[in-house]
Amino acid sequence: MRATGFWLALGAVLLAALAMTELVANQYYYFAGYVVLQYVVLATAWNILGGYTGYVNFGSAGFFALGAYSAVALTKLSAPPLPVLILAGGVVSGLVGLATGYLTLRLRGVFFAIATLALSVVLHTLIINWDFVGGSRGAYTMRPPPLVFDSYVKLLFVTMLLLALVAVGAARFIERSWIGRGLAAIRDNEQAAACSGVPTLRLKLFATTTSGFLMGAAGAPFPLYVTYLDPSSAFSLAYAVNSIAMPLIGGTTSWIGPVIGALLLGTAQQVATVTISSAANLLIVGLLLVGFVILAPEGIVGLWRKLAGGRRQ
Amino acid sequence: MLDLLANAVVSGLLLGGFYAAVTVGLSISFGMLDIVNIAHPAFVLLGSFIAYGANAAWGLDPIIAGIVFAPLFFLLGTGIHRVYDASFARRGEESLRGLAFFFGVLFITEVALVLAFGADYRLVETPYSSTSLALGFVGVPLRLLVPFLVSLAMITGIQFALDHSFLGRAIKAVAQDRLALRLMAADPVRVKEIAFALSIATTSVAGALLIVIAPVEPSLGRDYIGRVFAICVLGGMGSLQGTLLAGLIIGVAESVTATFYGPSWSPAVAFGVLLLVLAVRPAGLLGR
Repeated sequence: MRATGFWLALGAVLLAALAMTELVANQYYYFAGYVVLQYVVLATAWNILGGYTGYVNFGSAGFFALGAYSAVALTKLSAPPLPVLILAGGVVSGLVGLATGYLTLRLRGVFFAIATLALSVVLHTLIINWDFVGGSRGAYTMRPPPLVFDSYVKLLFVTMLLLALVAVGAARFIERSWIGRGLAAIRDNEQAAACSGVPTLRLKLFATTTSGFLMGAAGAPFPLYVTYLDPSSAFSLAYAVNSIAMPLIGGTTSWIGPVIGALLLGTAQQVATVTISSAANLLIVGLLLVGFVILAPEGIVGLWRKLAGGRRQ
Repeated sequence: MLDLLANAVVSGLLLGGFYAAVTVGLSISFGMLDIVNIAHPAFVLLGSFIAYGANAAWGLDPIIAGIVFAPLFFLLGTGIHRVYDASFARRGEESLRGLAFFFGVLFITEVALVLAFGADYRLVETPYSSTSLALGFVGVPLRLLVPFLVSLAMITGIQFALDHSFLGRAIKAVAQDRLALRLMAADPVRVKEIAFALSIATTSVAGALLIVIAPVEPSLGRDYIGRVFAICVLGGMGSLQGTLLAGLIIGVAESVTATFYGPSWSPAVAFGVLLLVLAVRPAGLLGR
């Protein structure tokens, strides 16, 4: 897809969503759509580090929850507007992301993955013991009256859509620029990349910070979405699993993979939660993840490319 | 104050011995074979629930149930290793995709347990559940002492088998030099398969010990991910004595933290130690 076409497509999606807020009255679609879009952001953010750079982050839930709890803490102090909350959540998670970036100096591969998991549990314990944001009891967040749309859920939906578009745009920009080529070089062989003059540390720090920022930004509106937030729902393993499963199922090498994975899996989960049960839909995610990892390691994008390539020959 | 500390240290040591039993399988799979079985704690929980089921159905002692079902876990481990080997190891893609595979297995096991048993806590009553030996001002509850002794016996047994049999030495060799192993007329894939199956078999016993110590619920496994990897890395990856030593250290650290700062802080201890060890000394205490 050429650059202008891509940006026009993003604009068209935004216009379609704005038109939808005028036409569709059923609140459920905005509730469900918000969650799916939230997964688009998380999967895209995970993929910048995991797919492009090859560093697996098991702690997505930690970054997400950090964004959410930054928002809770800020709303307890004063009542800043939504964009400020998102920015603050992103900055806090981005800084933690930067710190994990320095971990990559010593930790490669599996050890980095385990360290991110450990980080997520340490953050979880800190939040449980921090009474200001409710501790293990959780915290209520009051929604202010919406200024733009006729309901707050619509406002949240459009906000999350904007975030998703920003995330996807950023991912595509990174992928096509020299940064993306540097990250790919790190993924394929970090030592060789460093020897060829790729600034590996700076690029890795960029990737961990961007990834952390986007996850935190995705988490920041969450307290307003649920209105009651407790640590176990913010740090739910479902976020960690989904943000790994979605890019792997969609395909990790391009920006479209996580988007496809998140839209398919996110929508399927929303449908399954309503029609079957919420435990069963998590089982489906696990089975799909294992199945794709074994049978289609390049994801849906890889399968499609194989089919398209086969037809041409 | 002093007796509080003494009690915390003693129960920490007993708990640490049990942690070593939970980790010993990971020290084999992760430490010796380089298979990042992040689903290891989920299999421990599976062991707990099977021991619970056997106890509820036939009144079997959970620890005996754990030993009886260990061969079944061995078969399960064989099956998982076959899939893993065919899908990842042969393609040379074990790191990222293998990790994602075991993450998925962890998730599937947990959700399957929730669907089968519900999300409630389950516990098992044994004759030694509520008795306690008193040594001066230190109380030694049997529900901690029995798992501690079983764990010691299991680790000693595995260490003895690794040191004194051809298969054991082959397991220790497989991660270091596959070619040399081939020259000794042993099939590296087969050796790895047996070792991985052994590591899963230990989770059957470890799970039984877990349900003797405290009530369990399916998502408890997540707390153990940090513990087992912290102990495995701290112990020096694949050293069984190191695993035992590291288990005792983590056990005492958690128990003292829980006594003096409250139990809600104790999950952070293992993960904090893990982060620290990874950042400062990735080779662990008794590492090569």
